[in-house]
Amino acid sequence: MTNSTLAAGAVERHLRARRDTGNGLLMPYVTGGITSGWTDYLRAFADAGADAIEVGLPFSDPTLDGVTIQRAGDTALARGASTRRILADLSGLPDLGVPLVVSTYYNLVLHDGPETFCAALREAGAGGLIVPDLPVHEADELTDVAAEAGIEPVLLASPATPRPRLAEIARRSRGFVYAVSLMGTTGERTALAASAAELTGRIRRLTDRPVLLGFGISTPDQAREAHRHADGVVVGAAVMRRVLDGAGPDDLRVFLTTLRQALDPRPSTRSVTDHDESRRRARGEISRHRRRPRREDPVGTLRPR
Amino acid sequence: MRDVTLWREPVPPDGTMGEPLARGRFGEYGGRYAPESLVEACHEVEAAFREAWTDPGFRGALARLLAVHAGRPTPLTPADRLSEALGVRLLLKREDLTHTGSHKINNVLGQALLAVRMGRRRLIAETGAGQHGVATATAAALLGLGATVFMGERDIERQALNVFRMRMLGAEVVPVTAGSRTLKDATSEAMRHWVGATGEAHYCVGSVVGPDPYPWMVREFQRVIGEEARAQCAAELRTGVPDHVVACVGGGSNAAGTFAGFADTPARLVGVEAEGGAGASRGRLGVLHGCRSLFLQDDDGQIVEAHSISAGLDYPGVGPEHAHLRDLGRARYVTVTDEEAVEAAVRLARTEGIVPALESAHALAWVIRAAGDGELPSGSTVLMTLSGRGDKDVSTLKELL
Repeated sequence: MTNSTLAAGAVERHLRARRDTGNGLLMPYVTGGITSGWTDYLRAFADAGADAIEVGLPFSDPTLDGVTIQRAGDTALARGASTRRILADLSGLPDLGVPLVVSTYYNLVLHDGPETFCAALREAGAGGLIVPDLPVHEADELTDVAAEAGIEPVLLASPATPRPRLAEIARRSRGFVYAVSLMGTTGERTALAASAAELTGRIRRLTDRPVLLGFGISTPDQAREAHRHADGVVVGAAVMRRVLDGAGPDDLRVFLTTLRQALDPRPSTRSVTDHDESRRRARGEISRHRRRPRREDPVGTLRPR
Repeated sequence: MRDVTLWREPVPPDGTMGEPLARGRFGEYGGRYAPESLVEACHEVEAAFREAWTDPGFRGALARLLAVHAGRPTPLTPADRLSEALGVRLLLKREDLTHTGSHKINNVLGQALLAVRMGRRRLIAETGAGQHGVATATAAALLGLGATVFMGERDIERQALNVFRMRMLGAEVVPVTAGSRTLKDATSEAMRHWVGATGEAHYCVGSVVGPDPYPWMVREFQRVIGEEARAQCAAELRTGVPDHVVACVGGGSNAAGTFAGFADTPARLVGVEAEGGAGASRGRLGVLHGCRSLFLQDDDGQIVEAHSISAGLDYPGVGPEHAHLRDLGRARYVTVTDEEAVEAAVRLARTEGIVPALESAHALAWVIRAAGDGELPSGSTVLMTLSGRGDKDVSTLKELL
């Protein structure tokens, strides 16, 4: 075991363990509060073999999101979604055996302060946090308190990131390194950007932490291609477009299964049973490190003062 | 009558309104909260600006454009009839007389020259009422650059004439349909667009907001207002420096430029916000559009839409340096209502023959109110920046009057 593995948190250990089986990592995204029964999507994602699940807390001004995630956020906010309600929903869930990684913009983290925010995430059972408008040089305020709360702050790297900062991102990111595949916003694209391979190659030379490629990955072919360079993929807009079009959890399970198969080394020999076994293994791995959610007023600290 | 003793004695020359601290900080505000994909681009803008701002060649080229194209220096106009009625001596810094009709041109010419120096071929801008968009389209045409202006769909409907002006100047105007379809959404969309165009385009931010170095750089490009006004006041006033310096604040660029000329004087600085867009007066600590500052938010931390009769003050936050000046007590921020602003606009038109922009009318409304309730003691000298002319607002005013 390397030092970095020893220092790794639960999300990172889980992703490393899954990577070591030779499978590409799959992290689907859902906007919290998008429908009344939105947490059913999380179950469907877990059933389809997700290795981690990203839960977006919608923000009024999502400056790094394309139209699909923007629309999803607006829809959720119009339904009355909020940090408190989404985290309360998560707290009420049984352990899915898959790490939950929350993503949101820094204004929502600052609203009650990073310390309170991270404690609330932990109470809700989340293990990681992605904040796309918090670059590494501004991240100190969050990373220290996140570590104390047991939340792994994931940093993003971009094709425009020069080497010194990339090294700092690789060193300071927890859970995994989020490689932004292209110079653009979130959203489906017709092909994987050429910048994706170059960026993941540069990150890999700096760290053995898992590297997930995100932005624009929407089809099994793109996922397969992404896995040639990175440890796995984040799929957001392709999921949320379907959700916005009315697709239910079962439809998403079918879609994500096609991505799962594209990311597995020999898709034809893997059966649903294999998935179940690996998930059970994963569950054991996770539950040792994950505090059970408290039922009584799980996120009381986030209520407005 | 308000408690006049609230004023802290102005600080002596101590670097206030100088360069920001490390990591683009004004006190605890500012910073570069940009997506990783924009961090390098911001760094390039900062490096280019630092170099250009100490280069006499760049300063000379900008001074020449400001003189021969924008019509600087702008006059300082004593508002004699209004002064007599108010019992104070009111001097107006006439940014409304610049080419394109507002102070926005000062910043845009600076950034457009910088863009050329950086080898960029296109300017990206956000606009609310269209003043910054028109100024950007103008500077782009002047320097042979492309211009892409993002404007909320609702603002496009409200400001059809400015949309036409921008298109006539050769700019592409992109309607923004996201969110509230106003300035804050146009700003978000401009940032998204810039992420995909950093090598080729410069994002010409229109106010003292956005990631470092924009709040600092835009204030420096607007500093010309304060510096000219200071010299003009020295010639005009027996005391040399006015007792009060007043400007309207949306994001706060004309106020920042004006205050910068007086930060090291005993003048009391007053920023006037719209009642429905009072970031400095009622905002809460947050991060939006790349900087840490004060923003109007609901109990869940969502940014609240601003509401003002003046589109230029329709922004739910305030530049980080204003938040800092507020905390220091060096500047004070007050609010006026739509009705007070409209009344002030009419009063200026009828006493001085000047139709001000509704933004600027907010600053005047405070002067009128403060002179009436004794906050401005009789005989006080007041410099007020008249940031823009009111032509763009006549249809709004026509419906109200």
